[in-house]
Amino acid sequence: MIEFTIDGKKVKATEGEFILPVALREGFDIPTLCHHEALGSDGRCRICVVEVKRGSRKRIVTSCLYPVADGIEVSTNAPDVMLVRKSVLELLYARCPEAEVLGHLAKKYGVENVRYSKDHDKGKCILCNICIRACAEIVGVSALGFSGKGMSKKVTTPFDEPSDTCIACGACVVACPTGHIFMKDDKGVRTIWKKKFPLAQCPECSRFHAPVEQLQYISKVTNVPLETLMVCQDCR
Amino acid sequence: MDIDKKKLDTIIKKNGGERNRILAIYQDIQSEYRYLPKEAVQYVCGRLDIPLVKGFEVATFYKALSLKPKGKHSVCVCLGTACHLKGGPAILETFERELKVKRDDTTEDGMFSVDTVNCLGACALAPLVRVDGKDFGKTSPPTVKKIIKEFKHGA
Ligand code: SF4
Ligand code: FES
Ligand code: FES
Repeated sequence: MIEFTIDGKKVKATEGEFILPVALREGFDIPTLCHHEALGSDGRCRICVVEVKRGSRKRIVTSCLYPVADGIEVSTNAPDVMLVRKSVLELLYARCPEAEVLGHLAKKYGVENVRYSKDHDKGKCILCNICIRACAEIVGVSALGFSGKGMSKKVTTPFDEPSDTCIACGACVVACPTGHIFMKDDKGVRTIWKKKFPLAQCPECSRFHAPVEQLQYISKVTNVPLETLMVCQDCR
Repeated sequence: MDIDKKKLDTIIKKNGGERNRILAIYQDIQSEYRYLPKEAVQYVCGRLDIPLVKGFEVATFYKALSLKPKGKHSVCVCLGTACHLKGGPAILETFERELKVKRDDTTEDGMFSVDTVNCLGACALAPLVRVDGKDFGKTSPPTVKKIIKEFKHGA
């Protein structure tokens, strides 16, 4: 058992835990973008910064990746924390001015005038890596990845072409913290990542309920016959 | 593009068929074809059993690799700090103008590709240009024209 303080309050944690989950459990408010319940931390967005005081040394760390330790004093709102968080938000906001979440956070943390010129070619993507990890680690198909680096880095499918492994499940869309990924269901067809996928129609209620390719994939990994899966969840 | 699978197999084998050798494998393929054909990336990923998108990530991350066919001659203009200050940008502009090509691209006739680099490690010779592995130091717009001639006709 490890004991330390967050904003003066004594808290307990298990060895190996990171600060963020402990703080959230204890009811403290730390903003996050690249942290995901099912995927854990990735340390990419940097807005979860806190100040950690160990003895006489203070430093700013990313709470989602900083292991708890006995006797540390964590501050979630010290002036330096607010300053760093504000700068990070300013940069993210300049990259994705269309992303509503960033607009809200910028307002909440008092980012008034953005000093950098705004990008208009990045969509709402902050390169948090969540969609890529969801696709690989939860779904298991690895249809998404980064391409390029620096200014031209982006999330995409291999060769920016419709992917052979994508099953149109939409996990990336659900997981994305900013709503960057486009997906549309229309007349029995789902469009996602520049590809069109037919949706399965339930033989009972004739509702379009899931992409055929997703059902085929589920059938393959779970050995449940495809005919069973073609029936929608409500009618099953 | 048709790729020679035997050739790729040899390259993969030479690198021990290991996933963590993918960059070395790509480099060998690139020197064989002067670029990294898409089909080669697909083949290598299949053989190394890594998701295609991961192989694509690596292929697009390094400037030394190109998924587009490169020109017969590769011009590399240094824009590192020293070369930048000594007129590198003007050298680049001269190449772009003379060859009617933009940086990071290849001339229509496939003769020259023009790329930039941040320091080739010979700053005393700034501004530096490397063509097909050969270095030209203290270049100026007039010498650029000479260099182009040399490679156009020598080829
Ligand atoms: S598309 Fe969304 S989930 Fe994927 S990296 Fe960009 S912001 Fe993150
Ligand atoms: S949540 Fe910690 S870096 Fe993004
Ligand atoms: S800056 Fe050009 S060689 Fe170093």
